[in-house]
This record gives sequence, C-alpha cells and structure tokens, in this order.
Amino acid sequence: MDLLEKDLRDLGRVRAPEGFADRVLVAVGIVPGGVDAYAELETPVGVLAVAWNADGVSAVRLARAGDDFERWFGARLGRRAVRVARPPDRLVGQIEDALAGRSPRLRFDLGGLSAFEREVLRKTLEIPRGEVRPYAWVAREIGRPRAVRAVGTALGHNPIPVLIPCHRVVRSDGALGEYSMGGTELKREMLSHEGVDAAWLEELAAAGTRYVGSRTTHVFCLPTCRHARRIQAHNRVPLRDEREAARAGFRPCSRCRPALVS
Amino acid sequence: MTVERDAELASRLAADLTAGFEAMVLAYQHRLCAFALAMSGEPADAEEVAQDTFLRAHAALRRYSADRIRELKLNAWLHQIALNVFRNRVRRRSLRLVPMEPELPVADTTPGPEARALSRAALRELANLVSGLPEQQRSAVVLRCVQGMTYAEVAAQLEQPEGTVKSNVHRGLQALRRRAGWLSEVS
Repeated sequence: MDLLEKDLRDLGRVRAPEGFADRVLVAVGIVPGGVDAYAELETPVGVLAVAWNADGVSAVRLARAGDDFERWFGARLGRRAVRVARPPDRLVGQIEDALAGRSPRLRFDLGGLSAFEREVLRKTLEIPRGEVRPYAWVAREIGRPRAVRAVGTALGHNPIPVLIPCHRVVRSDGALGEYSMGGTELKREMLSHEGVDAAWLEELAAAGTRYVGSRTTHVFCLPTCRHARRIQAHNRVPLRDEREAARAGFRPCSRCRPALVS
Repeated sequence: MTVERDAELASRLAADLTAGFEAMVLAYQHRLCAFALAMSGEPADAEEVAQDTFLRAHAALRRYSADRIRELKLNAWLHQIALNVFRNRVRRRSLRLVPMEPELPVADTTPGPEARALSRAALRELANLVSGLPEQQRSAVVLRCVQGMTYAEVAAQLEQPEGTVKSNVHRGLQALRRRAGWLSEVS
C-alpha cells in the first residue's frame, strides 16, 4: 500500500463533528442523554419555549424578541438545549391538555431542584384551573407552615411556569404577588384567562373576607374553591379567619382544605 | 463494522426502533461522516449529507416490518442511502435542518504502527481532491480505499461488474497521484 492509499484510509478514520449524533437524534424526535430538546409553541398565553428530555418537560419560558432561550437554559440548567421544529405528538397533546385544565398527564424533570422546591411545585400542580391558593396554604400543605417566604422564593424560581401553575398561588392579603414569568399584570391576565376574577379577590380581601361558608352544609372554603362557588348568595357567609369559622360552627372543606382539620 | 455487529444492531432495531436507532447512529456516525466528507469534499456539506442519510434511514425503518429490518445489511444499506442522498442532492442551502458548524471533522488519532496522521488541512485537501474525481471513479475509490470495502462489496454496492470497479479504482488513484504528486512519495 502506498502513501496515497494510507492517506485515503486516514480520510476514512475522520470522526463526526462534535454533537452530530445528538443533532440527528433530536431531528428524528429522540432526545439523547445530556441534551434537552425545545420547541416554540403558540399558546393562548403567548409563544412559549418548551424544553423536554426523556424524564419530561424541563423548562418553559415566554419567547420574547431578543431572548436567547438556549443561553438562558444553559445558565439555568447546566445542559444544552437543541431546537426542534415540533415536539412529539404525544407531548403536544399533553401540553394542550394541561393548558386547557384537563387532568394533566405531563411528566416533569425537576432533577436540578432541591427537595423543598420539588415539594412546593408538586403541591402547586394540585391547584385546579380557575382556583387560587395562598402561599401559606402551600407551606402548610407540605408540612412547612412557617416556610411561607421560602415557598414564594421556590415558586419565583419555578423553571416550568404555566405548566406548573405557580400563577395560581397568591398572597393571603388578596394581592396577586410576584410572578416568575414576568410581572403581576401577566399573572392577572393568566388567571383571568382561567376564569379567576382577580379584582373580586382583591375586594374580598379588602373587606377582610378570606373564606366563605355555607349556611346549609356548615362547610367553609377558600373563595375560588369549586364548592364555594356553588353556594347560593343567600346561603353565603363571609368569614374573616379560621377561628371565626370554627366559632360559627363551620368545618373546613375537604377539597380546598382552607385550614387544618382540627 | 463487522457483519455480526450489523446483525445485532438490526435485531435491536427490529425490537425497539428508538433505542436501536440511537445505537445505530452512535455506531455509524463517524463512518458515514467520513464517507460524506470524501464524497463531497466540503465539511458542511458532508454533515448535511450524513444527517440526511440518517433521517431517511429513520423514515424508512418506521415503514419497514420487523422481519424486513432484521434482514437488513446495515453497512451496505446505509451507504446506499448516502449514495442516493448524494446523487439526488440539490445544492440548496434552505434544505438545512439544523445550523451546523462548518468545521472539518476531527481525525481519529488512534496511533497505529504505521501512524502518520494527516493534519486537518491535509485531510481537507485530500477530501477535496477525491471529490473532484469523476462520479464513477470517486464512488469506487471512496468505497474501496476510504471505507475499506472489498472489491466484491463495492461491486455489489454500485451494481457494477468487479472488473469495472477495479479499473475505476485504478484510474481514480492514478488521477489522484497525478494531481497531488503522490507518485514520488510511494513508500
């Protein structure tokens, strides 16, 4: 074999460029380890960049002009995100279901978060569309009643807003509170899109009403609980706090769990 | 790529397309990129051809029955798709699927007894010369000398008599030697 033939052999030992296999796999809809895929989806709340991997959805971000999702993703999660034209059909269906408030079968990759953050986000997933819960409710439900501020911080760092509905967690004083994806106004808009009247919540809070009770069932609820909304006007009792409710003979609703069942 | 390895990959593909395909891409990515680079002479084009080859392979595998997949001779099959991609290729930049780095693939620097690794620039120059050969000679030279197929395999791949392949390889190598002045360096 002469030099030319040896050199041709060398040409056959050339290796694929860095990341080649990842790009191929992502292009056919397979997400390899260490890389997340993302796509931009038009939703009723705006164009969202949604990233996912084999464990589930890993990040959601509002797609804004000039915003570099890949850079943000890399800084936030320490991995690469590769853009694809469209998520697999099954995932699109699950995201549509989640956005429409149908029972979400979505899986999430919460791997980079602390155990506390994961608990907060899992609890937040239980809040139904059209309802809100106070930060203190989340804290109490996960058994950390004094960690209200930490709950706020964890929700503020929610890497998967919209799909994990942190916008459904509000302040106990009736104010909507901060929103990780961008400002109180967006939070108000998203809640209104889901049928929650933020102005009404603010009025209730201003009047000192945190719960509503039913004269017929003697159950009290958070105002947006589906059961509370069914109480007829003449049977509705506005309640200031748990103690007032208890004194008046109301027990907490087992659905929205406005207070510890004593 | 051994026949046994191909058979194992094919049965994995037949059993589980997703896992099997990932294994196949990992097993064949370097080989197909090298093939595409020698055929096209341009690193960016090469990646595009190699990627397109895998995408077409995936689309085909989704249509094939498990029995048909198990029967596939993967090495020959993938080279066939790559050859078709190459022949049907329209030079339209808009066909790109993903933006790619126009960088020369890195040569495997595994040291062998007769190692004399070519520099990146020399590899690129060589790929360029090869890609400048007439189509018949180029396919024959690349499959035989770059990809290391036997004459019988090349003949089957190109659907030509073995004698034709041999003469195309011979003439192709001669042309390369003339152009590169390799003749004087024969060891």
